[in-house]
Amino acid sequence: MHMTMSQKILAAHAGRKSVTAGELIMADLDLVLGNDITAPVAINEYRKAGACGVFDCQKIALVMDHFTPNKDIKAAEQTKQVREFADEKKIPNFFDVGDVGIEHVLLPEKGLVVTGDLVIGADSHTCTYGALGAFSTGVGSTDMAVGMAYGKAWFKVPTAMKFNLHGKLSKWVSGKDVILHIIGKIGVDGALYKSMEFAGDGVASLTMDDRLCICNMAIEAGAKNGIFPVDESTLRFVAEHSKRKPVVYSADADAEYDSVMDIDLSEVHSTVAFPHLPSNTRTFDQMPETRIDQVVIGSCTNGRLSDLQVAAKILKGHKVHHRVRTLIIPATQKIYLEAMKQGLLEIFINAGCAVSTPTCGPCLGGHMGILAKGERALSTTNRNFVGRMGHPESEVYLSSPEVAAASALTGVITDPATL
Amino acid sequence: MKILGNVIRYGDNVDTDVIIPARYLNSSDPKELASHCMEDLDKTFVTRVKKGDIMVGGQNFGCGSSREHAPIAIKESGISCVVAKSFARIFYRNAINTGLPIVEFSGEIEEGDQLEIDFEKGVLKNVTRKTEGTFPPFPTFLQKIIEAGGLFKAMETLA
Repeated sequence: MHMTMSQKILAAHAGRKSVTAGELIMADLDLVLGNDITAPVAINEYRKAGACGVFDCQKIALVMDHFTPNKDIKAAEQTKQVREFADEKKIPNFFDVGDVGIEHVLLPEKGLVVTGDLVIGADSHTCTYGALGAFSTGVGSTDMAVGMAYGKAWFKVPTAMKFNLHGKLSKWVSGKDVILHIIGKIGVDGALYKSMEFAGDGVASLTMDDRLCICNMAIEAGAKNGIFPVDESTLRFVAEHSKRKPVVYSADADAEYDSVMDIDLSEVHSTVAFPHLPSNTRTFDQMPETRIDQVVIGSCTNGRLSDLQVAAKILKGHKVHHRVRTLIIPATQKIYLEAMKQGLLEIFINAGCAVSTPTCGPCLGGHMGILAKGERALSTTNRNFVGRMGHPESEVYLSSPEVAAASALTGVITDPATL
Repeated sequence: MKILGNVIRYGDNVDTDVIIPARYLNSSDPKELASHCMEDLDKTFVTRVKKGDIMVGGQNFGCGSSREHAPIAIKESGISCVVAKSFARIFYRNAINTGLPIVEFSGEIEEGDQLEIDFEKGVLKNVTRKTEGTFPPFPTFLQKIIEAGGLFKAMETLA
């Protein structure tokens, strides 16, 4: 049949035996996601079109994570609008302050996405769920509005790039380094309109958190989606989080790929993306001494429990550099609570870090850690565009939580292996 | 449809954070969004843009966030069409779904050039430089969305 894993999921959801790359199809959705920034625009479109019903109130998720707890009056008005919509449409999966988490960490945790699903979200990092063997992709608010009303979306069937992973990651190297390494190689439009399909014997050695982090940043290479093959780790994760039955798809043995790249995981080094593109990557052998003013550890990319655990391991018993404002943001309430039980929060606070309730806040320059002119942040988030975290003349450097924690201690971007 | 307009030109990888910075996304009002359009890349844009102007970019125009606020801000600012060598995929579908005309075109275009774009024929004429080139028309499926005036209206026939 020559289909990639992504094409198979699309075909099944379009009620077709097969699809071919380049075809435009209409497919049935398992979940439609929006947040406090994109849902208001979607609701405006929905109302303007005179729509009144939703296709399935169980299959819509509204996550108030970006500017919450509401950063100002306008943000408060936006969440109010979404809250009222959720009430009106009786949408149970509305997450607000108190039970909200960062959407792409929250939905897998709540079991709202399982293996084999087709998911759209009005947020570009919706591609995260490919780690579960689902096809998920970011769309705009009009797509979200139509998705809520009809349960459908249009797709151009993508071609795919295959990434064969071999070996095992070294100490202090994690999923973030793998995806930064790849984006550095192929560029911010290296996978434009395409699927990034991961494969190879190295997949088994990657944790689910690594895989979620890698798929999360597929969009930073321009990809439509990132996707991992389903193995025991995937099925265990899904079974632990959801009662829904996973549907396992795999690429045909003769699937066609635009390109195949082999990556030896043991050769991936700690990698930092310099301003102002995620593709502007450097390893420590190519890095000038770079002073920083702020460190952020959190986000849909690296706000998971394992990220906090590794940061705590590095920070334990030390103080962060006096110049470095260090923000730690557990991505969900469950992670926050677990970090508390494991004593991680105590380690962070004793080290001089600020610990925040879950929010996307600083990642997009919303609130909770905005940069002044000329300031530099090292962040475990996913974008370092001009002005992303504050003043247009501030700078954002992207790294793993390992590098971020090590750098918080020294005040310059630091290889954790050298501590 | 045929349009005639003057070019405001930017480079490669124009991202949605510079098209409309996230700090203004606490509003979904098109006028308010347009008043901050391109602010972090080009502070002069909002004062010099004239109704009917054409925005030109290089590769990967509209990369980054899925915010539909980006095409909304560009459209509301008076821009009649965005021409780029390539578009980031979410921006591409947002433009189609919201009715902002876009053209994929690789020919040479400079700031201030006057362009005439014939969407039916797929011809882009650079009036200033007296050159012209073609661009592929949208597939029928996308034409239907554009002709219906956006995705919601088109769904009556597409769903």
